Amino acid sequence: MKKIIKYVIIDILRNKIILAYTLFLLALSLSIFNLEDSSAKGVLSLLNIVLIIVPLVSILFAAIYVYNSAEFLELLVSQPLKRKTIWLSMFTGLSVSLVLSFFIGIGIPVLLYEFSATGITLLIAGILLTVIFVAIAMLAVVKIRDKARGIGAVILLWLYFSLLFDGLVLFILFQFADYPMEKAMVAITAFNPIDLSRIMVLLKMDVSAMMGYTGAVFKDFFGTVAGLLTSLLVLLLWIALPAWLSVRKFNRKDL
Amino acid sequence: MIIANNINKQFGKLKALDNVSVTCNKGECIGLIGPNGSGKTTFIKSVLGMVVCDNGFITFNGKNILHDWQYRANIGYMPQIGRYPDNMSIGQLINMMKDIRNEKDMQLDEDLIKQFELDKLMHKRMRTLSGGTRQKVSASLAFLFNPEVLILDEPTAGLDPVASEILKEKIIKEKAKGKLVLITSHILSELDDLVTQVIYMQDGKLIFHKKIEELKTDTGQEKLSKAIAAVMLKTK
Repeated sequence: MKKIIKYVIIDILRNKIILAYTLFLLALSLSIFNLEDSSAKGVLSLLNIVLIIVPLVSILFAAIYVYNSAEFLELLVSQPLKRKTIWLSMFTGLSVSLVLSFFIGIGIPVLLYEFSATGITLLIAGILLTVIFVAIAMLAVVKIRDKARGIGAVILLWLYFSLLFDGLVLFILFQFADYPMEKAMVAITAFNPIDLSRIMVLLKMDVSAMMGYTGAVFKDFFGTVAGLLTSLLVLLLWIALPAWLSVRKFNRKDL
Repeated sequence: MIIANNINKQFGKLKALDNVSVTCNKGECIGLIGPNGSGKTTFIKSVLGMVVCDNGFITFNGKNILHDWQYRANIGYMPQIGRYPDNMSIGQLINMMKDIRNEKDMQLDEDLIKQFELDKLMHKRMRTLSGGTRQKVSASLAFLFNPEVLILDEPTAGLDPVASEILKEKIIKEKAKGKLVLITSHILSELDDLVTQVIYMQDGKLIFHKKIEELKTDTGQEKLSKAIAAVMLKTK
């Protein structure tokens, strides 16, 4: 398994897109920290960018990379290797390289300028989101054979998680405005890793007051250690579930 | 050595394999013949586990291949269209394959690499290779690990006469060592001096599996190509 991961990572690191992504993140975070007068505000600006760009790049890059590695996968499958090993190596290689770019681009500036609980939470959220969206991309790729349709589906998935889901939640909130929805909201956020990460980081910033009564309920839940652990667990589940489903599907796939 | 038992495979509406049962033993050289789209490649791919059969099973040395993966160490596979990672050079590809296998006391068979003069092209990227050179790489990789079974899907398609002669000689040499060789080809005259048995497939069905002498006496023809032509006319 280690050997295949090595070859995947070497191949990805030779890719110019991953280099551009790292440099872009680095330029972005450095300029934000240098423009804002307080670095805490910088983290807030960075959060919004991390929540949009990191999932998009992770899901798109992973999907395109796996589609373009069809030949590599085909070659490996005819060798004495377990399919599970091949697929998980691909997943690990992609995750490690994207997490590495995220860490260089966002992680190092954050650690330099804002070495605090908020900063660390932002980093953890970003790393988890990267891996989650790689896992989702792998699941989409293994389900959809056609490259163009697969990439389209992956963009739609990203759109769903970053925009449509929030719209849906707002719609539900307005429809059920007469009922106490605050507790239910906590459960609903579990269905969207992006929202979950956003809330996790925002609550570390003590801006929950700006979220009204729901914010107070969120604070009650996510502010506790148990709540934090639960949300971390849910995020890990968002990695494990798509990865497991995609391995199962890949095991039966015709190449 | 390889036993396929009533395997079926359906792609959408198309029945690619329809109740195929085959037994292949050591020392045999089997020619897999049939019109385009008759299921030859699907059969080969299901032996390799690249295509998972809908039902039926395949055993390799008595072990079901479904949950086994180590058996593939004993198979050298040359695909019909060799597809390799584009931005790897020939040298990197060969080194990677060696590295992935990395068995102890592995005996490498680099005859074909030398005979095809691939060592001069080691730095060339796979994407820049011509179809024929790609075939040479596929062939070299199939023979590299000295496998007990060789599965060659249209091995000489796209090779120049010199290269295909080298490959044929290599196949005969390996056959003499008692290896099982499975070849598909449309160039029947080429198979004449190679194969000892013939499997004929049509529309996913196995029509017959015979020794070549048997086939020749049955059809009254001396040449394999004429014999197969006679069979094709009869089945139509």
